[in-house]
Amino acid sequence: MKSFLPVVAATVVLAVLQLLLGTSEYFVYLTSLVGVNVVLAVSLNIINGMTGQFSIGHAGFMAVGAYVAGTTSLILKDDQLSFLPPAVSDQLFLLLALLLGGGTAGLFGFLVGLPSLRLRGDYLAIVTLGFGEIIRVVIQNSDGLSKSLGAVPGLSLVGSFVGKFGGALGVSGVPQRSTFFMVWFWVFVLVLLARRLADSSHGRWLKAIREDEVAAEAMGVDTTSYKVRAFVVSSFFAGIAGGLFAHFVPIINPGSFTFVKSMEVVVMIVAGGLGSTTGAIVAAVFLTLLPEGLRSLFLQLGGGDASLAQKVDQVRMPIYGVLLVLIMLTRSQGLFGTHEAWDLWKRRKPAEAKA
Amino acid sequence: MSPEALGKRPPREGLLEVDDLFVSYGPIAALKGVTLSVGQGEVVALIGANGAGKTSTLRAVSGLVKPAKGAVRFKGQALTGLKANQVVAKGLAHAPEGRGIFPNLTVQENLDLGAWLRKDGDAIAGDLEKCFSLFPRLKERRAQLAGTLSGGEQQMLAISRALMSRPTLLLLDEPSLGLAPQVTQTIFRILKDVNAQGMSILLVEQNAHLALGLAHWAYVLETGTLVLQGTGQELLASEAIRKAYLGE
Ligand SMILES: Nc1ncnc2c1ncn2[C@@H]1O[C@H](COP(=O)(O)OP(=O)(O)OP(=O)(O)O)[C@@H](O)[C@H]1O
Ligand SMILES: [Mg+2]
Repeated sequence: MKSFLPVVAATVVLAVLQLLLGTSEYFVYLTSLVGVNVVLAVSLNIINGMTGQFSIGHAGFMAVGAYVAGTTSLILKDDQLSFLPPAVSDQLFLLLALLLGGGTAGLFGFLVGLPSLRLRGDYLAIVTLGFGEIIRVVIQNSDGLSKSLGAVPGLSLVGSFVGKFGGALGVSGVPQRSTFFMVWFWVFVLVLLARRLADSSHGRWLKAIREDEVAAEAMGVDTTSYKVRAFVVSSFFAGIAGGLFAHFVPIINPGSFTFVKSMEVVVMIVAGGLGSTTGAIVAAVFLTLLPEGLRSLFLQLGGGDASLAQKVDQVRMPIYGVLLVLIMLTRSQGLFGTHEAWDLWKRRKPAEAKA
Repeated sequence: MSPEALGKRPPREGLLEVDDLFVSYGPIAALKGVTLSVGQGEVVALIGANGAGKTSTLRAVSGLVKPAKGAVRFKGQALTGLKANQVVAKGLAHAPEGRGIFPNLTVQENLDLGAWLRKDGDAIAGDLEKCFSLFPRLKERRAQLAGTLSGGEQQMLAISRALMSRPTLLLLDEPSLGLAPQVTQTIFRILKDVNAQGMSILLVEQNAHLALGLAHWAYVLETGTLVLQGTGQELLASEAIRKAYLGE
């Protein structure tokens, strides 16, 4: 029962915030962007930080979630649960789409992780890099894929689903159902899970794998199985992030899920401190707001002329690069190392309890 | 094919049998037909020069490498083909070479990991106390990160962590590695106590003098092949061993 308490409290707080601020378009857009990046960073941190594996294809899983969830909502656009208020019905349909998107991404995570996580070292990095690119290229050519799938008996439904991906043009017209509430609800669920995981015995085995895989194996830890599980969870949440993203941007296309996006998330967790959920959150918030802040600053400097503001996107990655180099030079373990904000508070408690 | 034996081995109930074991790393043949056994309650030492294949033998027994050929039987059951994490569950604990502790976990967390397959919570607490009574220094440092322990303390931790799985057989790979003589003496004295309480040990050591002093039975490994076996005392007294391994 105790574990439900934070969920209930968070739901209430988020619902109140939603009622107070949910109508301000810019606020909702900005916080959604931040929330999606926090989900991406915290979930990638589970595999890269806590488990010590190195995945650099998070955007691929995000894409899977975005396309599956977005297309699902597109198909179910006009359906309503008539016995519920329209807004609530919309959120339930959104939740369904998100779970489908996340679930599919998790399944892909399993398929990618099982063979590559058996091996040690850099294989996962190479395989995830390849996976991210393959997914993007496949979506870019979804029309051809849709035709081929349609020709296979029993897969015609999948074929027509893929046919809605729109190739390089992307999917537009996904109902904009994402809300401040839904985004931050998932942020909350993931952060709670990551925190519980880190404190659990399960999390301790992951840490042991990160520290010394051979020794962990020699302790009796089934390292492959634990790594695959962590990877599936991580991919699931990347899919959720993608699904949320698909429901507040006007159009999703392969260009949103490039290698650059994957690296952006890697930069966030490395800057925040690999292994620290707090670090991932802080870095994700900061690195999302930074370009947005620059954009509005430039917009003012340019006296409303948007051409200067558009340059922000071009200089963003170089700025990230410089920032990362500076952090590595001054604090190679990242801002937070492996520490957590809540540890400060926790550490005081057992000390008191013992005294 | 057994090597020449010095002295007579008192009969014991069999525990571990390694039969004609071959291990290769790509083109390198590390073990070329090793046959050895460990009896119930026995300390068996495996000595040999660098690169002789001692670590490879332990790794093959505990499932960390797959042998190219040969069989490993433990309590009459075949271990061949099992993965390392499944072997631990059978009652074999391996304290790997170079200690293999988890430096960024605390001493306590390291020990908890040792017991991670066990479900008998109360007995775990008892075994923890037993480890702390063997190595009181670990108790003082239980909340400290393992990486900040001295080399000797890390070795104590590695042995304790292996004991925490409450094994029937303890595989130790060079517990004296990089330690001062007094610390090594302490560790060997404790190993003797642990054995006196019934633990069987397969011990790999560079320090032939100490290992043979402790061992009931010992094997000498040379480039992947056993060349000699005997009681610890007989080997200590043997001319060939004194020349090759004791530097006399
Ligand atoms: N992972 C590996 N890849 C390739 N060759 C290896 C590997 N591990 C061991 N070897 C080789 O196998 C042989 C036996 O190595 P092993 O580690 O078993 O020796 P050892 O008797 O434990 O030596 P030491 O006393 O130095 O620890 C050596 O020639 C070594 O170079
Ligand atoms: Mg060795």
